Amino acid sequence: MAKVLNIVTSAYRGTLEEQDDTIIWLTHAMRGAGAEIDVLLQGSAVNYLVRGQDASGLRFGAWEQTQPPRVDDDLAKLVQKGAKLYAVREDLAERGIAEAPLMDGYEAIGRRDLARLLNGYERVWQW
Amino acid sequence: MADKKTLTFALMDAPYENARTTTALRLIDAAVRRGYNVNVFAYEGAVAVASPTQKPHPNTVHGRDVAEENHPNPKDWVAAVIAEAERRGAKVDWVQCGLCVDERGVTELLPGTRRGTPGDFWTFAEQSDNTLVIPTR
Repeated sequence: MAKVLNIVTSAYRGTLEEQDDTIIWLTHAMRGAGAEIDVLLQGSAVNYLVRGQDASGLRFGAWEQTQPPRVDDDLAKLVQKGAKLYAVREDLAERGIAEAPLMDGYEAIGRRDLARLLNGYERVWQW
Repeated sequence: MADKKTLTFALMDAPYENARTTTALRLIDAAVRRGYNVNVFAYEGAVAVASPTQKPHPNTVHGRDVAEENHPNPKDWVAAVIAEAERRGAKVDWVQCGLCVDERGVTELLPGTRRGTPGDFWTFAEQSDNTLVIPTR
């Protein structure tokens, strides 16, 4: 089976309406269909690793959101399913979150090592 | 100019694509909670924000049925701010760009919204205290 790496670059794109990150959701769904897919977070998407994010409280008039996005939980579940989760080390550092409380289960990878990582996959999809 | 403030918003982005739609509706919600009248000119992809044919769905990845998932449909947000304005004695005048809805096949109208033209946007701007364009990128 061809291994796939999903690279997530755009973060928080429609997450309040979708209740998730659509590419993390797609990765779950495709793994459920039998695909072997891992995830690399880069750019602003590395912020998904920060613990304690709370997107609750959205309301319009009398309408209130009851199921806010919990992207960190979705990523943790992906790791529990056996997916590998990578994040670009320099992107964490540039945003000042390398030392923040981050979720478990990810591997930081330097930009110089990205080519080697990508060579380990038959298909690489950048979103 | 009357005492009651009137604000006009021009929206361009389709729903479910980024945070701009949500941010725009939060600003509109904040305005109607203050009793302001709000005009909205939904242009290009933004005409889908108030499309009444949006439907919630269950989510197997989240492990929730349709009721528990309570999937947000922006048409409900639009309806909520229109209702909130009515409760506070204000009005939301939401205009869907007619050519834009024809191009996209989004021709059904949510109650409280109406079909219009760019001329409505100009009229809105002339009659408002201020106009905020939230463009696409």
